[in-house]
Amino acid sequence: MRKKTLAVIAASCLMAASFTACGLGSSDIEGNLTLAGSTSMEKYCEALSESFMAENPGVIVTVEYTGSGAGLESLNAGSVDIGNASRALKDEEKSGGAVENIVALDGIAVITDKDNSVDDVTSEDLAKIYKGEITNWSQLGGSNQPIVVIGREAGSGTRDAFEELVEVTDSCKYAQELDSTGAVLAKVASTPGAIGYVSLDVVDDSVIAVKINGVEASEEQILEGNYILQRPFVMATIGEISEQNDVVKAWFDYISSDAGQEITKKVGLIIPQ
Amino acid sequence: MKKKAIIELIAKIIFLVSAVIAIFAVCAITIYMFIKGTPALHEVGVSELLCGNIWKPAADEPSYGILYIILSSLVATASAIAIGVPIGVLTAVFLSEMAGKKLGGIVGSAVELLAAIPSVIYGLIGMMVLNPIIFKLEMALFKDDPTHQFTGGSNMLSAIIVLAIMILPTVISVSTSSLKAVPDQLRAASLALGATKEQTIFKTVIPAAKSGILTGVVLGIGRALGEAMAINMVAGGAVNLPLPFNSVRTLTTQIVSEMGYAQGLHREVLFTVGLVLYVFIMIVNFALLRARKAGVADE
Repeated sequence: MRKKTLAVIAASCLMAASFTACGLGSSDIEGNLTLAGSTSMEKYCEALSESFMAENPGVIVTVEYTGSGAGLESLNAGSVDIGNASRALKDEEKSGGAVENIVALDGIAVITDKDNSVDDVTSEDLAKIYKGEITNWSQLGGSNQPIVVIGREAGSGTRDAFEELVEVTDSCKYAQELDSTGAVLAKVASTPGAIGYVSLDVVDDSVIAVKINGVEASEEQILEGNYILQRPFVMATIGEISEQNDVVKAWFDYISSDAGQEITKKVGLIIPQ
Repeated sequence: MKKKAIIELIAKIIFLVSAVIAIFAVCAITIYMFIKGTPALHEVGVSELLCGNIWKPAADEPSYGILYIILSSLVATASAIAIGVPIGVLTAVFLSEMAGKKLGGIVGSAVELLAAIPSVIYGLIGMMVLNPIIFKLEMALFKDDPTHQFTGGSNMLSAIIVLAIMILPTVISVSTSSLKAVPDQLRAASLALGATKEQTIFKTVIPAAKSGILTGVVLGIGRALGEAMAINMVAGGAVNLPLPFNSVRTLTTQIVSEMGYAQGLHREVLFTVGLVLYVFIMIVNFALLRARKAGVADE
């Protein structure tokens, strides 16, 4: 009996040792990291926290998706380390000492089918199209072709962002609501007169990405701030990053590391300069 | 002897366990749907949820009315039945009464093949072939109507056509076998009384196979009501009044398309949508049981 107990203990010791050995080479930071905020950042935060925790086994990252405003409130109340926001911080939100750390940029392209002759729309016209006030491309100087307004389903981050940026939140009249980026791309490509929106990174040759207010949808234009259908992903902290504890510093280091930037690109975001 | 008894016992237990698994699954699903589906009914309010017609789950002041979604499901199913059943029953008549061995064999295996095609293929063909055709029709019909919102062919009409084709194999195969089960004496008697072949079919054979055909129709309703994939690809997916050229969303596609990112009450409401669908399917199944019982009583 005693022998058996000994064997079990020895085995667990061995296992523990091997686990530690696996952990060797990576950092030995320990602690908890809590984030709260934007629902649009869910995909990004999940991807980041998963690989961050794999890299730093001693750290437990918990992210709550409560919305940008609520996340910043939690930050100012001191209940979380980082407040996520998918928009720039407002002045009153900064008054508590919150610092806006932009970790990524989210760009949205407005796409039409290949045969469309309209390649430039103003943001006002775009809003009118999505509200159902402009229904034919001829009203925008194109051919006499009805506009088929395509969008994403309720709850989609891309839809949130688009409606917010074009200022048409909850007032859109969609002809089609599709449940994936790929579906929007395919439908727009195959439907004459269609218009849709997708993340900038997935735009391909099957569709045309139209200019908004004369500005081309490209990474350069987004980085220069000329293209309006973009929003920053902010991970706000109280005080500068250098004033934070080791876990938070490690988190931001990870985001700016090669591995972190790889994740940023993978989820379709643009790395700010 | 003893060995035999043990084998018997083991066999009995295996059969019992298998039977219990099926019952357990049904009970578990039913209980789960009710537990998950009812909280939102309380939170949103039964009448607001079931009779409200504004679906804005992600708005600042969310509204969770699923009336249009329920109506869309019902209208799509009813219309698909109205189109599919006559075609299906007439095909069944052709197969059982008229077709020779060779032609009957070809049509019969075509129908079986139709049943075996996965619904995503129906959706794909609907999307690539049917939608553009319907879009052309839509553009021709609503050319001078500035208030019409163009759906690009993804609308109720496309959904109905796809559904009507999808229920055909069910209706045809069940009806054919019940028509074939009608005893030949009935046909002979009818013909001997001087009735023509058509009169025999419509006045004698079809009434005699009534309950079997009804079973096929009810199974078709179940299939149409529960179809998600194909509808999701051709119906457009915006919540609207179920008119032929409106983009619509049915109970099934509602769940499929929004479950991914739904949170909180929005998610709970989607479970309620599932519950509504489940109740409808239950009703269809009870109707099926009654249709079968009626068939037994007739004989």
